[in-house]
Amino acid sequence: MNDRVTNIVIAGLGGQGVLKASGIVADAAFRAGFDVKQSELHGMSQRGGSVSSDVRFGREVFSPMVPAGEADFLVVVAADQVEVNRHQLRPGGVLIVPDAVDATKLTNKKSFNVALLGVLSRHLDIAEAVWLDAIRAALPEKLHAANLQAFALGRKGV
Amino acid sequence: MSNSERVLLSGDEAGALAARHAGVALGTGYPGTPSTEILEYFSEIGGHAQWAPNEKVALEVALGAAFAGARAIAAMKHVGLNVAADPLFTATYTGVTGALIVVSADDPGMASSQNEQDNRHYAVAAGVPMLEPSDSQETYDLTLQAVEISERWKIPVLLRLTTRVCHSKTIVHPRGANPPPRTPNFERDIRGRVMIPAYARPAGRRLRQKLSEIQVWNEACRLNRVIDGDKSLGIITSGISYMHVREAAPQASVLKLAFTYPLPLERIRAFAAGVNRCLVIEEGDPYLADAIRAAGVKVESKPEMYRFGELNVARVRRILTSDTSPEPASVPGKPPQLCPGCSHRYVFEALHKLDCIVAGDIGCYTLGVLPPFEAMDSCVCMGASIGVGLGLRHVLPPEQARRVVSVIGDSTFVHGGITGLVEMVYNPPPTGHVLLILDNSTTAMTGHQEHPGTGRTLEHEPTGKVSFEDLARSLGIENVHVADPSTDPGGFVALLRDCLANDQLNVIVARRPCLLIAGKIKEYDRAAAQTCTEALTEES
Repeated sequence: MNDRVTNIVIAGLGGQGVLKASGIVADAAFRAGFDVKQSELHGMSQRGGSVSSDVRFGREVFSPMVPAGEADFLVVVAADQVEVNRHQLRPGGVLIVPDAVDATKLTNKKSFNVALLGVLSRHLDIAEAVWLDAIRAALPEKLHAANLQAFALGRKGV
Repeated sequence: MSNSERVLLSGDEAGALAARHAGVALGTGYPGTPSTEILEYFSEIGGHAQWAPNEKVALEVALGAAFAGARAIAAMKHVGLNVAADPLFTATYTGVTGALIVVSADDPGMASSQNEQDNRHYAVAAGVPMLEPSDSQETYDLTLQAVEISERWKIPVLLRLTTRVCHSKTIVHPRGANPPPRTPNFERDIRGRVMIPAYARPAGRRLRQKLSEIQVWNEACRLNRVIDGDKSLGIITSGISYMHVREAAPQASVLKLAFTYPLPLERIRAFAAGVNRCLVIEEGDPYLADAIRAAGVKVESKPEMYRFGELNVARVRRILTSDTSPEPASVPGKPPQLCPGCSHRYVFEALHKLDCIVAGDIGCYTLGVLPPFEAMDSCVCMGASIGVGLGLRHVLPPEQARRVVSVIGDSTFVHGGITGLVEMVYNPPPTGHVLLILDNSTTAMTGHQEHPGTGRTLEHEPTGKVSFEDLARSLGIENVHVADPSTDPGGFVALLRDCLANDQLNVIVARRPCLLIAGKIKEYDRAAAQTCTEALTEES
């Protein structure tokens, strides 16, 4: 494991599952044995406003917040939130936008956040089985099938 | 407990887990971002947790438990400690028999608050030892320490968290625990706990004696530690700022303070003497810097512009280079708004339509200030809508006074509005008044917590219920109405218009359960009915 910290920012609007998605990423990194920090601000998050959450993992993480312009990955769940968050990304960082997944192929449209994690997972050194465990742990059983399908859809790619 | 156990927890959860491991018998508080999850998680993992009507009551309940020898925790957001300040300032005089931990969750940057007051000043003003963790592990460790310090010196301890510590998830190795708590037992201590002047004067001296002993102990305390680095730059820091510092200045020597009142000033002096440049980096007010300078230690502190908002790695880098150039403007995101279909929308449409002067309050409905409603003219603190509305009514010309309405939510009314309602009965303005209680049957803003008006406990079990309309009637309010603005918006406008015109005292309870929780409320009611039926069956 090298010393570099991986920085991920997940952004969208309240109600889109941004915090749920970042929780899954953090848990997957945690299960994979990394030091991990996840930071978010709630409070106003259920009222449809902009929401974003940072996940950082590596050998040792200090600040829980991704410094602006240093995100390796920016995952945006709402198309109109891309520009608002673009400054988070480092030069050469990977931007994952809603277009990355064909939402019409989802069993349950609400699993769109997890589908984007499938896309993100292609870039990260975390085993697929670990991701699936993190998804199952984060959601009630009745939602497992739809979310595993969504994750697989994103991970497979277009 | 195995050493290899590791869990990913928020600071709030870590504090609750430690409270559980420490044998805390009672957790109480009032919901407030970013502190809410402490008691929710404490309850979830089997602790006895309850919501109080407000923070003052919560702290008093916790103090009573600590008088009885138990370990107790009172958790609140920073502004909540203003409400609880009255018992706090004398609880340090009385001291405690068990342990009393007061958690203040401050909100630098105001993610969800009306000010960014720095509650470290309370530690100094009230004379309460203060611990400041930097992450979830430290929140866990320092909560255990707080119990130990509280019992050893028989004094309340302030655990000061901030939003980023409360809401960031970091890895915790649960380790260690306190010796088992004593069994609660009443031991009379009249001179120690009855703060008449004759007994309070020596109590004040006892407090100062305890604090000077604690300061000596803190000088050698291992909770504060030095990270050895380059001697050209030394940084004194605490709380979340420590994390930003380690990332922004990995080569620097760092004195990381965790026990920040009473400060280990000799340790600080020695650290500062050992480095060429000594800089204090802290979020919020220059609390550390001022105290350190007052002790005659020469340190640099951050430029004034960094008093405002949260610190982060980028801002710490700027502080290190004394950069005071304008910071890049943050890109405005989409502001939150009242949910589509929310019953508050009908209320604010009515207030807007009737051109009311609205003394507002704290909750989801504060969003009524934003377009398209723009129907709020003040918002200060929990319960202020009523007092401010009455004050406006007392002095405005009658044609303006008749437009004044106080608007308050159900949980906020219980928290800080009841005494305002009493004021309304006792000192009625010549034009009367209109109080609008927006009852959505939950504390919606902070994530749907119960309160005394819902008739359910923190764990959603049935309990005593305060009826706002009965309370208003019992106080002698002339006109008390209950309406659902979402089913009859026109009727609601007409009712409001009548109340504004009658020059009497009016209370309108606008009642409609929050859309986000209506389904859950039905579940709770069904479960309660089931339990009730089972009990009856067993009896017969």
